[in-house]
Amino acid sequence: MNILQRAFGGTRLLDLFRPPAGPRTADTAKERLQVVLALERSANSGPSFLPQLQEEILQVIKKYVDIDNENVSIQLERGPEISMLDINIELPAAPKPSRRLPVLQSAH
Amino acid sequence: MARVIVITSGKGGVGKTTSAAAFAAGLAREGNKTVVIDFDVGLRNLDLIMGCERRVVFDFIDVINGTARLNQALIRDKRVDGLYVLPTSQTRDKDALKMEGVEQVIGELRRDFDYVICDSPAGIEHGAQAALYFADEAIVVTNPEVSSVRDSDRMIGILTSKSKRAERNEEPIKQHVLITRYDIERVNRGEMLKVDDVLEMLALPLLGVIPESRSVLQASNTGTPVILDDASPAGLAYRDAVARFLGEQMEFRFVNPQPKGLWDGLFNRLWRRSA
Repeated sequence: MNILQRAFGGTRLLDLFRPPAGPRTADTAKERLQVVLALERSANSGPSFLPQLQEEILQVIKKYVDIDNENVSIQLERGPEISMLDINIELPAAPKPSRRLPVLQSAH
Repeated sequence: MARVIVITSGKGGVGKTTSAAAFAAGLAREGNKTVVIDFDVGLRNLDLIMGCERRVVFDFIDVINGTARLNQALIRDKRVDGLYVLPTSQTRDKDALKMEGVEQVIGELRRDFDYVICDSPAGIEHGAQAALYFADEAIVVTNPEVSSVRDSDRMIGILTSKSKRAERNEEPIKQHVLITRYDIERVNRGEMLKVDDVLEMLALPLLGVIPESRSVLQASNTGTPVILDDASPAGLAYRDAVARFLGEQMEFRFVNPQPKGLWDGLFNRLWRRSA
């Protein structure tokens, strides 16, 4: 260890000209925010019947298959001419591998 | 006829009351008769920030309940002409803010003042909704930090859908974003969201960027709106923001790194490491 290093507690001379190294976390913050805001905006701006629709679809499916809330997702994607109601239902693996119900389309 | 401006954020502790006090004092200093109302019933603090806590006799809730006249509750600021404070009650709960009463008080203030500033409580409950319901414009105060940006986004949704203007299909509330506690050094090190990141997500026009500054605490210690501190970077940034609000074109200060000599930088770094 040379004199300089000793003087600055092990800091290399070049480090003095660089910003102190901390993790650059701002980009992570931005990405996380973009995801959560996109989800929350669609949840808050969709038509008010969506949560109830999701609940009722769930009840119907539960008559036949054992699934819970997390296996159903309903989203409305707005387009200029038509909107797409996207209903994804994950079914348990048995007796057949998981399949997706067809997507419903509705003019909105 | 006054413009009614709500200072809101969703999240607490981001600088709503500091900003409300600064904006009210700044608008009054520019010759506008301005009143700032504390909507945080039960947790009153605007009086402390404005330095008039020992002059409160009657409050907003007394006026709503008819136990005092508006003139008895308004506190005239001793430093700035045309600046008034309407403090809130420390003892009652938020349900004391009856909407009809709030409407009546704001209606009366609209006739006498140029600007009515509503200092919203944190949260999205009744007090916050009462503060924004009658607003013509909104200043959404945001820190460059994930929870604050998310709450601001939520609040923008509420401003867009739950105000009197929205319910009556009138011209929507004009919204602005004010970024506070901005630390350019941390932004440069990649530790803090940039102004552009925040604007990209909130999609509102930028009214100002207030730098993190020791003078904000100093101002609150003494009950002086920080905008009255001519030596404070935060005070200067608030002045720019008020000027922009009044339609002036102002360059953004404190957003880009201050040019520093090599030796200043080296000195700071050595000092910080040994500290």
